[in-house]
Parts: sequence; structure tokens; C-alpha cells
Amino acid sequence: MRKSLILIVLAGLLFVLLGSISEMPGLGGLENPSYNEVPRHYLEHAIDDTNTANVIASIITDYRAFDTLGETTVLFTSITAVISVLGSGVVKFSDKEEKH
Amino acid sequence: MINFSAIVDNINYIGAFVLFVIGLYTVLTHPNLLKRVIGVNIMETSIFLFFVSIGYVRGAQAPIVVKLSGELIYVNPLPSAMILTGIVVAVSITAYALSLIIKLHESYGTIELDEILKKEGEGID
Amino acid sequence: MDDLIVKTITRIVVPFIQLYGLFIILHGHISPGGGFAGGAIIGASLILYTLAFGLEAGHKAAPHGITSKIETGGILWFVFLGLIGILAGGSFLGNQTAGFPMGTFGNILSGGLIPLATLGIGFKVASTMITLFHNTIEEDPID
Repeated sequence: MRKSLILIVLAGLLFVLLGSISEMPGLGGLENPSYNEVPRHYLEHAIDDTNTANVIASIITDYRAFDTLGETTVLFTSITAVISVLGSGVVKFSDKEEKH
Repeated sequence: MINFSAIVDNINYIGAFVLFVIGLYTVLTHPNLLKRVIGVNIMETSIFLFFVSIGYVRGAQAPIVVKLSGELIYVNPLPSAMILTGIVVAVSITAYALSLIIKLHESYGTIELDEILKKEGEGID
Repeated sequence: MDDLIVKTITRIVVPFIQLYGLFIILHGHISPGGGFAGGAIIGASLILYTLAFGLEAGHKAAPHGITSKIETGGILWFVFLGLIGILAGGSFLGNQTAGFPMGTFGNILSGGLIPLATLGIGFKVASTMITLFHNTIEEDPID
């Protein structure tokens, strides 16, 4: 009973999502609204500003380097969270043991 | 029905939505905690696919610019650069959820959700 | 695990995996790849070594003291690169406005800030993966 109710609701959700594809602009068109002047500026001025060939590397380490700094903070926070739950390594001495 | 060429042209978006609903079904119905974490991972993968295929341009090249050519069309590099951060966030959430499952197993002895709720219900009485 | 084939193949293959990961990190600004992909490859090679040879050998290969220092060193290196931009008169994390040498197009040593930042990110991601794996595998001794 509960599983069939979940199936009906999810089928309705899938129908609504697939119906919204007809409202979106098609896949792979050059006149998409997402290809406005911001990627064009990055693609034209990447070599003059940074002298590198990989445009994505110059975006994440030069134009938007602050987001990469925030993301290394996220990695650091995940390590802190896991160590605080599980406890870091156990050091065994001869007759007593302590966590460090 | 809609014509076949519309389905085949937008196959990326359709695949992303179907994967999303499959992941949501896995989270809602299975009582095992590990399968729920896998369902959350499937949902995150579908969102990455949807976001990156927004920037696709047909017949264009990968965004590695060559210096001496003038009028080449490149794929939009901006959604790919944003998804790199999203992938790292997904990995962090999976690691934390798995560590919580380890602690739950130590405390209750099982990782099925209905058995944990039953043990929790008995402890209240 | 105590399989002979897995141990022999791991002993042969792990240096090549690490060399490939280092190649992807160093050429992050010329070819596709970058810091995150190369760091994940190096971390995966260390996880493979721990899986094949057991936890004791894994601890000897990557002890807790060294991986924690690489991890914190990665973030501090990134912030230090940003502070150089402030000291030179530009903005935080500036590249050409802060006076980094640009170099010629297509070399490894080109692009100023970019190879240094990619190196920091690559090592940080590798140490994160091996620390997460070792913390999940280790268990408390039974008292």
C-alpha cells in the first residue's frame, strides 16, 4: 500500500519533469541563453591574462580562485567532522593506551 | 506522442531526470542505511549530468584554446568549473554519512532502519 | 588480503599510477585534468596499497604525522600565495597584477600562480583521501 503510493507520486514527479523539457531550449544550440557574454569573455581573454591553454584551469585558479579556496576549506571540514566522530588513531604503549 | 527526434536530441536531460527519480525511490523505500547513502549519491550524479550538459554546443571543441586559430567555437567552460566544487562537496557528505553509520552499528548492532526504530521504541518503555 | 597475484601486481603497478597522477597534476594548465583529478589518482594508489598489504603496511607507507602535515600545508600554501598578491600591491590571489612571472606559452613553468596552486590542491586532495580511508578502517582495540 505504501510502496504503491510512493510509486504513483514518483511517476507524477517524473511526468512533470519530463514535461518541462519542452519549455527548455534544446541541447547543444549556439544561441542558448547560457552562452552569453561571460563565457565569451573568458574564452577570448584567457590567453592574454593568464598565458595558459586550459581555460577551465585558468577559471578555477585565476579568475575564480576564491571559490577554490572555499572548497579546500570544505575538504578540511569533512576531515575534521569524520575524525571528531570516529576518533583518530590509537597509540598503544606497553600497558596503557591513549588516543591522540 | 512526441516525435522521436525530440527524444534523441535531449537524451541528456531525460537521462538526468530518470536517474534522479531512481535515486529518490531508493532513498524512500529501502530500509538498509547503506543503500540510502548510495541513493543520495545517484541523485547527486544526476544533477551533475544535468548541469554540465547545459553548456554543450554541437560540433564544438573542448575548451583548450589553440593560439593561432581565429574563429573556433568552444564548449561553454563555466558549468564544468562550477561542478568541480560540487563533486568535492558530494564526497565530503558521503564520507560523513558513512562514519555516522559506523557509529550506529556500534551502538545498535544492526543497520536496518526498522530494527533500529524497534529497539529505540522498546527502550522508551 | 593474502592473495599472491594481487600483491605481486600491486607491487608492480603502484609506482606507475603515482607517476601518472603526478603527470596530470603538473600538466594541469596545458591538457585536461588539473589538481582534483591528479590528487584523486594519487590517493587511489595509496588506498590500493593499503587494501593489498593490510593496515600495518599502510600505516608505514603513509603515517598519520606526515599526512596531517601535508594536509594543513596545502591550505596554508594556498593562503600564502594569496597574501603575496597583497604584499605586492595588487588584490588577494592576483596573478598578473601581482607580478608573478608569466613565461612562454606551452611550457610547464608558465602562467604565474596557476601551477603552484594546482600542486597545492593536488597534494591536499590526495592526503584527504588516504586520511579518510585510514580513519574509517581503523577500529578501537577490544578492551
